[in-house]
Amino acid sequence: MTRDPKHESAGYQPLRPQATGLGEFLAPVAGFGVTFAAMFKPVVTEDYPRKKEAPQSRYHGRHQLNRYADGLEKCIGCELCAWACPADAIYVEGASNADLPENAGAEPGALAADSPDGAHMSPGERYGRVYQINYLRCIFCGLCVEACPTRALTMTNDYELAGNSRAGMIFEKQDLLAPLTEGMLAAPHPMAEGTTDTDYYRGDVLGATQAQVDWVTERRPDDETLDAAAAVASGSRPGPAPRQHELRPDAGPGAAEKAAGEAAAGSVQAPSAQEPALDAAPEGAIR
Amino acid sequence: MNGVTWAAAGVAADFSNEPILASVVKAVLIVVFLLTSVLFAIWFERKVVAAMQLRPGPNWHGPKGLLQSLADAMKLLLKEDINVTRADRVVYLLAPMISVAASLLVFAVIPFGPAVTIPFTDFTTPAQLTDFPVAVLYILACASVGVYGIVLGGWSSGSTYPLLGAVRSTAQVISYELAMGLSLVSVFVMAGSMSTSQIVSSQTSIWWFIPLAPAFVVYVISMVGETNRLPFDLPEAEGELVSGYMTEYSSMKFAWFFLAEYINMLNVSAVCVTLFLGGWRAPVPDGFLGDFLNTGWLPIVWFLVKVWAVMFFFVWVRGTLLRLRYDQFMVFGWKVLIPVALGWVVVLGGVQWALNVAELPRSTFFYLAGGVVVLVLLPLMFWPEKRRRAQQEAEPEPIDAFADGYPVPPLPGQKLPASPRFGKEVAGHDS
Repeated sequence: MTRDPKHESAGYQPLRPQATGLGEFLAPVAGFGVTFAAMFKPVVTEDYPRKKEAPQSRYHGRHQLNRYADGLEKCIGCELCAWACPADAIYVEGASNADLPENAGAEPGALAADSPDGAHMSPGERYGRVYQINYLRCIFCGLCVEACPTRALTMTNDYELAGNSRAGMIFEKQDLLAPLTEGMLAAPHPMAEGTTDTDYYRGDVLGATQAQVDWVTERRPDDETLDAAAAVASGSRPGPAPRQHELRPDAGPGAAEKAAGEAAAGSVQAPSAQEPALDAAPEGAIR
Repeated sequence: MNGVTWAAAGVAADFSNEPILASVVKAVLIVVFLLTSVLFAIWFERKVVAAMQLRPGPNWHGPKGLLQSLADAMKLLLKEDINVTRADRVVYLLAPMISVAASLLVFAVIPFGPAVTIPFTDFTTPAQLTDFPVAVLYILACASVGVYGIVLGGWSSGSTYPLLGAVRSTAQVISYELAMGLSLVSVFVMAGSMSTSQIVSSQTSIWWFIPLAPAFVVYVISMVGETNRLPFDLPEAEGELVSGYMTEYSSMKFAWFFLAEYINMLNVSAVCVTLFLGGWRAPVPDGFLGDFLNTGWLPIVWFLVKVWAVMFFFVWVRGTLLRLRYDQFMVFGWKVLIPVALGWVVVLGGVQWALNVAELPRSTFFYLAGGVVVLVLLPLMFWPEKRRRAQQEAEPEPIDAFADGYPVPPLPGQKLPASPRFGKEVAGHDS
């Protein structure tokens, strides 16, 4: 079959090289070869609920409020994230660390506002008492993360943000706060002795100190985080690594057996090793 | 009519000792086979199309998603049954039933295999519900009646899109059943019978799709048109007519149309296998391994393998081709398929006459045939191409690029003047 002269007169020039010989003869049915060959190619889709794949490490997922290595929160309740938010999705109420109920016994004026002593939720003067993000408004632009002066707010890879009620889609502080990793000491407790919030921000605090452990032991002797934090304080174990985001467990029929089979075959890496950690860089390092 | 006279009328299968009970059992088995095959066919189609599109397809319900179509059927059963107020109620309800009933009829005359002996007994019976001297005509009749379901369903819905779908379906069946019937005629000529069992037994030495290749191609194309499958699914064209004739149908009534469509696919596949692909005969030369491959229960396996190969072709076509435009579809049916089918029947008739009636020696016949072919091809080599070339070399008309004050594109045969920037050097560009 020769080229259609009608097209040539209109100045039509094919962009792709034209088949010749047998290829030209078979060109009208070449599509059948394409579809048949495609049957033997691997599928490109993900087996989503059964096997959850991590998105790219820069993915803008659910937010996380991070902690310093001794367990204090990074959020200082400054509301810059809320001001930066173009969708008005964030609501923050700050409060003074000195007003914590743990400090109620202290004489008025005994605790200076920026004193490292006394109970602290975060280093320095203030902490975020209320922190809400409305995920029905959030557009995941990340301007809040850029606005955060203490790098308290980052975004995780958690993309599974669906709910069955409007109220449930407003995530509270306890939903957003990064859980304590092994070796962190649960807040509230004093700042590490002789430090300022600037030292925290620079990353000079690498774990709980003995004074902090003693303070918590005195007030909350059955706190679950005490043992690991004491080990960090005494130097018998390294300081806690920042928490990395993990994908939620696979779902669906057969997923559990499949996962068990793969684990037995040794083909599955631990999720944390597999995933480029969102906040794996050393604390305070500029990314 | 008893079996002896049937045999005399050219029916190969022997139904002379067939008790009523055996026929009833066979009929039930055929219905069960068709219904389960439809469930499997839907899964098969979705899986194969998915593989062609690099995705896994249904994989959630049952092993490899095999129970997906069962779940879909349950869903349809439990859905609200909506009756359109403006519908012509009786016909509206009758239409899906006509479709299903007609589609279930065809397999009655399809031979699944030769005579089989029921295990642990000495009762031997053909693996076929029935057969008669005009069985293939009966198949064509059933297919035509099935279209009434589509046409009446579209008409009685009292809605625009279904009506358009029904009209298209009518036109489609008229144009493509002609071609289909004509392609089957050549099989009748070669087999000397319209009985399905006789046609299968006439393919002992060679399957008809080889000597009757043009008829086979016409049949394959028209069978896709007959079943409203892509690229000929114009009666239901989602992009144009919502769902065509079944737009106003919901729940079980819709499921019946759906069922009929897939049974029809199985029907035309089975007819294709029976008439062109050797029926239940093993895909090896006759006499290979003795009679073993072509007797007993094994031929049923060959039959099913072939039917599903044709079903795969259906899915393959669907995964590859786009829907035709309606006018192209009609032009293809009337100006290509029917003339080709008709011409082939004439050629075949001539050949049969020359070999069997005039009894020309083979060598004489081949010389004659070669001469005719050359005589036909010779003018073709000079004709259309040259004329078009001459036309094309005519000077392109001048174009008024700003006719009526607006920039306009060139019409066919016109050529744009060279751009004023053509040939100028581009500033800052070395080459």
